[in-house]
Amino acid sequence: MLLIPCPHCGPRNQEEFAYERTLDSVVRLDDAPDVALSALYTRANLRGDDHEIWTHAQGCGQWLRLTRHRMTHAIHSVEPL
Amino acid sequence: MRSGSGITAESVAFSFDGTTYHGQRGDTLAAALIANGVQLVARSFKLHRPRGIMAAGVEEASALVTVGSGAHGEPNVRASDVYLYPGLVARSQNAWPSLRRDIGAVNSLAAALIPAGFYYKTFFGPPSRWMLYERFIRRAAGLGQPPRLPDPDHYGHRSAFCDVLVVGAGPAGLNAALAATLAGKRVILIEQDVLPGGTLLREDVTINGAPGAHWAQYVVARILEAGGRVLTRTTATGYWDDNFVTAVERRVEPGQPGTGEAQVSWRLRCGEVVLATGAIERPLVFVNNDLPGVMLAGAVRELALRHGVVPGRRAVIATSHDEAYRTAFALAALGVDIVAILDSRADPAGPVIAVARARFTVLTDARPLRAWRRGMAMAGLEAQVGGTRQSFAIDCLAMSGGSSPVLHLHRQAGGALEFDAARGAFLPGAGRQRHSTLGAAAGVHDLAALLPDATVVDPLGAGTPPAPGPVWRDEAPGKAFVDFQNDVTTADLALAQREGYVSVEHTKRYTTLGMGTDQGKTGAMVALAQIADLRALPLPDTGLTTFRAPYTPVTLGAFAGPMRGDHAAPLRRLALANAHDALGALWVPAGAWMRPRAYPHQGESLGVASLREARMVRANVGVVDVSSLAKFEIAGPDALTLVAAVCATPVAKLAVGRGRYTVMLREDGMVMDDGTLWRLEETRWLLTSSTGGAARMARHLTYVADVLLGHPRAAVVDLGEHWAGLALAGPAAAHVLAGLTGAPVPAHMGLDAAHLAGVPVRILAASYSGERAFEVHVRRDQAAPVFAALVEAARAAGGGVYGLDAMDHLRVEKGHVVIGAEADGRTTPADLGMAGMLRKTGGYVGWQGLTRPALADAATRRQLVGLTALDAGAIAEGAMLVAREGAEPVGHVTTAAPRVAGEGAIALGLLLNGAARHGDRLLAWSPTRHSTVPVEVGPPLFFDPEGARYRD
Ligand SMILES: [Zn+2]
Repeated sequence: MLLIPCPHCGPRNQEEFAYERTLDSVVRLDDAPDVALSALYTRANLRGDDHEIWTHAQGCGQWLRLTRHRMTHAIHSVEPL
Repeated sequence: MRSGSGITAESVAFSFDGTTYHGQRGDTLAAALIANGVQLVARSFKLHRPRGIMAAGVEEASALVTVGSGAHGEPNVRASDVYLYPGLVARSQNAWPSLRRDIGAVNSLAAALIPAGFYYKTFFGPPSRWMLYERFIRRAAGLGQPPRLPDPDHYGHRSAFCDVLVVGAGPAGLNAALAATLAGKRVILIEQDVLPGGTLLREDVTINGAPGAHWAQYVVARILEAGGRVLTRTTATGYWDDNFVTAVERRVEPGQPGTGEAQVSWRLRCGEVVLATGAIERPLVFVNNDLPGVMLAGAVRELALRHGVVPGRRAVIATSHDEAYRTAFALAALGVDIVAILDSRADPAGPVIAVARARFTVLTDARPLRAWRRGMAMAGLEAQVGGTRQSFAIDCLAMSGGSSPVLHLHRQAGGALEFDAARGAFLPGAGRQRHSTLGAAAGVHDLAALLPDATVVDPLGAGTPPAPGPVWRDEAPGKAFVDFQNDVTTADLALAQREGYVSVEHTKRYTTLGMGTDQGKTGAMVALAQIADLRALPLPDTGLTTFRAPYTPVTLGAFAGPMRGDHAAPLRRLALANAHDALGALWVPAGAWMRPRAYPHQGESLGVASLREARMVRANVGVVDVSSLAKFEIAGPDALTLVAAVCATPVAKLAVGRGRYTVMLREDGMVMDDGTLWRLEETRWLLTSSTGGAARMARHLTYVADVLLGHPRAAVVDLGEHWAGLALAGPAAAHVLAGLTGAPVPAHMGLDAAHLAGVPVRILAASYSGERAFEVHVRRDQAAPVFAALVEAARAAGGGVYGLDAMDHLRVEKGHVVIGAEADGRTTPADLGMAGMLRKTGGYVGWQGLTRPALADAATRRQLVGLTALDAGAIAEGAMLVAREGAEPVGHVTTAAPRVAGEGAIALGLLLNGAARHGDRLLAWSPTRHSTVPVEVGPPLFFDPEGARYRD
């Protein structure tokens, strides 16, 4: 279970958090349809760092951006969104 | 009386297959059975071959028994992994009518008909073939039966932190744990055995002048004294991200009734982890290497030195390295006749060999070819000795084909493996997390090297590290096993290779190699060596299957812990729960909530009660508790921006004091939730949504606000828990409500503040039943008098309370969709007939997803339809819509109901191209409920199509 350093609450167990999605799959409200559909359905999944959106659902409720390695799961940074 | 390092003299009675025996406290069931001369313990999984005890720990693959009676019964317990307690009851498995006369043993004869890959091929064949074989296979092949009664045991969950976790209390682990504790670190040492010591329990050595087992006890005492924590009978089952280790502690033995916690599931967050998990000895491959009496040499040594038990009177030791020689001395000390030591090496040398040659017959370039039995146990062995074959009349063979470091946790942690060709074994490479490996798990068996600060006296010397001998090449005809639990032979491996299941992952699925409760602990490396030989590849190139958690089987109850029964999920009770009870409510879970399903009169069935309640609403007036619906207030200068992003319907022009129905979409355009949106003030809104989607909607609102809109000046407050909601519906609703508030009621889709029963309330005029209806919102702590007044007034008007089922009947008749039934996550607004409601300008979550071209093809979309039963039968929910029984389904029934206004059965359903199929006739077919009802497709609206009844 990951230990996620919440910028607001400090290091907490993964089970307090909820994973939302990768940053590159976020559909902005003003994205053109082709951009949005590509973000939803044709994403890369390369070895290396990923940017992910999580929320500290059972903690402060803050939305967070994690930089995390897709293979080792190592978390390099956590920033509030 | 026996003597050994782990047992006390106390006699303990136990039974096996109905016969009572006596063992000694500290014995494993395996040791006690052997002490009583019981060799035949089990029948093998597939071939029903007679099996005995092979190993001395969790790696035991053959001797699986059911321990305990009734609800306390635990199947598939390794006989070597349960310690005697008074009254222990054990039974053999997979044999009928008895172990000796097992009918299933004809499977051995029929084995040619069930070769490796049989299941695999059957699964790829037509389903009817599997249906045919399944009953036969399930009876013939099997492990133990779980008890059918609820588990009476209690299970605990604990969390703990430590600076250093040491897994394994053998010499390496004890040494590391003591050093870390003395250095002031918070230390947890866990050991799966009841005793600390690991290999010290089965070796004749002294450390600092004390027998190894005593030294281990002394070190544990020092660790505890210095503030460390020691958990025995605790197995580390998994190593997860960020140095998180799970472990399961057994506080009572399998099948043993107890009052406290039977098992405790530990969650350990560790600064660093020291893996001192030891090594598992490998069997040798030869024909009939699975006979009772053929055992791992280390296990035989443990029986002799720890338990003072010997498995035979005449033994041969067969080995490929020095360590197994120790078994000859241990057995000889207890009076066993060592007939020979067979060493596969041509020219072994070293101190232990020299001592052995002086006492025993040591044959080199020698290895077993074939064992045979008399009755159910081993009677002899044929061996290759140089260029000749020799036979031995023996009842015990202690074998060792090298040893495999236990690297499961290391691998689960992401650690690398390095193949050591000399040892024929994988050793731990670089770790990925903060962990290290010590002792036999790292390939270090030399006690003096492991304990540099101690005085180790080993009369036999260290010897060479274990290494495997030559692989088996069918030197004798017959079954030679690599995986004892799954009855996988060398021939099965060869068949898999011939049939193209070359990759080790494919071989595993094809032959079932490495599956089952032991997960290939003894057999995997032996099989890999065989596969490498067949493919003429270096062993590491054959690949390795994944080391998945848990390391040993875990009782399901240990995962659940105290979270079972009523504690499995939090139960949410309505603010008015007591009032509903007083009215005779029948409760039903709805999401996490308990909601009144109906209020049956004396002797009234649920169906009759619900229909009566629904008809009461159509005729007069009814009150229903809708408190569990989600309610959010959204306020601030940018509130409109947030509301417009979340709701897919027009919002900006909604007047203050008015509301409207709305839907919220996911980004892919599917309906996520629905509800009503109300404009309380220019910049203050109220959004209601479904009960089951409340948590999701709360999160969605903050996601849209914080992630998509970058923190607009708008606050979202979840009012779901703060307010109760009571709906009043029916032709008399307006009159009843006006009488209670003394004020005119709001127009349809209007809202107003009022006082009711002296309490301030908000009244929202919205209908979900097709009747004129109002939702009364009130603070939850003030809801009781409001509810009482509403019920009393409704009754005075000829109405009363109604529940969830009546609500469902009413909404089906009106074609209103429900999240989770019709809006099942695969339907767009257009599928549900709501395309006209959407905001033409877009800009809401999901607008782009709706442009996906595939969604425009009606022929591939399941669309909302109404279904009318053409005969008297009730339509089954979940039934398939088919042209005829057995035909490809073209849709399904989402909600079924009786007609409220009129007679007969109706339903809502989703049907391919349904909007264009009104008038078609289909069958609502449910083979699982044995129900087939002819239905006519029509619009999803069965009552008051003009909507005249709910308007003002
Ligand atoms: Zn937080």
